[in-house]
Amino acid sequence: MQRKSSNLEIWVVLAVALFVIIVFPSLNAFTADGSWLHVSNFTITLYGKYLCYAMLAISVDLLWGYTGLLSLGQALFFSLGGYMMGMYLMRMIGDLGQYHQPIPDFLVFLGWSTLPTFWKPFASFPFALLTAVLLPGVLSGIFGYLAFRSRIRGVYFAILTQALTYAACLLFFRNSLLLGGNNGFTDFKFILGYDIREASTKRGLFIATGIALLLVYLLCKWLTKTKFGKVQRAIRDSENRVMFSGYSTANFKLFIFVLASLIASLAGVLYVPQVGIINPSEMSPDKSLEAVVWVSVGGRGTLIGPIIGAFAVNGMKSWATRSYPDMWLLLLGTMFILVTVFMPKGIVGLPAQLQGVYQKFTAKKMKAEPVSVTPDAAVQPVKPE
Amino acid sequence: MNPPAKQFVLMLEGVNKTFDGFKAITDLNFYMDEGELRTIIGPNGAGKSTMMDIITGRTKPDTGKVEFGINTDLTSMNVPEINRLGIGRKFQTPSVYIHHTVFENLLLSLKGPRGVFNSLFARTTSEQRDRIEAVLKTIGLAAKADDLAGLLSHGQKQWLEIGMLLAQQPKLLLVDEPAAGMSDEETHKTGELLLSLEGKHSIIVIEHDMTFVRQIARKVTVLHQGHVLCEGTVDDVQNDERVKEVYLGRKKKN
Repeated sequence: MQRKSSNLEIWVVLAVALFVIIVFPSLNAFTADGSWLHVSNFTITLYGKYLCYAMLAISVDLLWGYTGLLSLGQALFFSLGGYMMGMYLMRMIGDLGQYHQPIPDFLVFLGWSTLPTFWKPFASFPFALLTAVLLPGVLSGIFGYLAFRSRIRGVYFAILTQALTYAACLLFFRNSLLLGGNNGFTDFKFILGYDIREASTKRGLFIATGIALLLVYLLCKWLTKTKFGKVQRAIRDSENRVMFSGYSTANFKLFIFVLASLIASLAGVLYVPQVGIINPSEMSPDKSLEAVVWVSVGGRGTLIGPIIGAFAVNGMKSWATRSYPDMWLLLLGTMFILVTVFMPKGIVGLPAQLQGVYQKFTAKKMKAEPVSVTPDAAVQPVKPE
Repeated sequence: MNPPAKQFVLMLEGVNKTFDGFKAITDLNFYMDEGELRTIIGPNGAGKSTMMDIITGRTKPDTGKVEFGINTDLTSMNVPEINRLGIGRKFQTPSVYIHHTVFENLLLSLKGPRGVFNSLFARTTSEQRDRIEAVLKTIGLAAKADDLAGLLSHGQKQWLEIGMLLAQQPKLLLVDEPAAGMSDEETHKTGELLLSLEGKHSIIVIEHDMTFVRQIARKVTVLHQGHVLCEGTVDDVQNDERVKEVYLGRKKKN
């Protein structure tokens, strides 16, 4: 039965993915501006952004929901991927910047006239992608190795990852790092030779993000079905038992931590060309926390939960920040508390939860009825008059 | 106690362990034969659980030798390594994977490779299924194979955990208070289960419940203040004046 519903989930996801990857961009490309079917460029970019967030949410859930490791460092890996992509995009501006120099504007502003050495290879797209894999991969590998070897768990792990992210955030704020300081990178012009402001480029990025999210979903779905996935959830439920069954849990946690960091980085790589900016505020503590809220709202320990949560919460954010800009953080906090208390399994768990409530309700009714009509009153405990 | 002449499955010699000035284990000597079913009793704080922790690598002794089989030094190994040598441990409170089925609980415990990359591509063979079914029969949970372990009763969880140890095919089983929180009938069944394993595995059982101890005990070791007070049959031990003083005497007052 479990297997059946899981297969159903894959078919639904494939159908939705097909719609998102093919129909949605087509409606943008082939319908007229005024038509009711038309999807605006703004919407394409907005949803493209949400797809990236969904990927980030999956990376959080892979650790939190499936392994019991609450990582508040996923925003860091997301940003690292974004920065590597950003460096490539900065190089692609060429001499079209404000200062019309062959180096990025902020470097001119800082008094540089030639390109710093470490910037040079970023004119190559494959190189940028390679660093977007290696940098988060090596960082999460070293951090994870040290943390898991020292058996750091629970809230201590959350605090450490948060601290790591915050340290990186402060580092990236520094101009001397030569990565744009607090302004970060923006004003991108071209990606792979295409004009980044063109509707067709935006569509292309949207489709690429959709495909990437689908592949990440399928990879994680496969992973949860392997023995690895079973060990992963066993670690979440009883790590001691897993260790005392001969598994080096540190290795399993390290593997999943590195994998999750790569997924977050991929989300960042796709995010930056679509939103057109990356700066250190992406690493601020609230970004990591927001991703945790997406997962808990959607339903942790599932793979569609984070996707649904990322869309639901960000959809709400887009609406709330326009209609009630001052209220958004209050709203987010309230939602997190309510979901944690009343919907521990999130949106995905809601149908089962409602069914349970309904069954309890009907069971009570059935129990209550025979008692009132039972003739054998002597069996019932006698209430003192 | 005669000096060791033959090969023991487990040997602790001159083991000491201090926690912040508290001597949990003092000069502990413990020898166990292959295939033996040994019961350890002792009042709270006697060092029973610390002894288990030292054998399984969760705690490192300050001094002393801990050897398994033929000269395998356990003090330099970590928890998973010691487990892979063939030492299984059952905790006092049942620890099973509540979101996995009973079958999956056993599957994860089956003896076999434990690496990350192996686990990515591992497939369940029919041989493994047979072994799981055999274990399910032994622990009496064959009908519950596809139920989530979290839905089992307390006693069934305890049996499942014993089953998980059996699936590992350990040479030595350490069982910490298996009858805790069980009904009399469940306790008796647990005793029979442990007796049926005698000879196939070497087993150490820690227990408080004297009825249960009487049911399963062959040789009893009494621990007191971190070292062995005396060893012998249940009757020997119960008639020992020192034991009466520190343990049974106090218990009889209740």
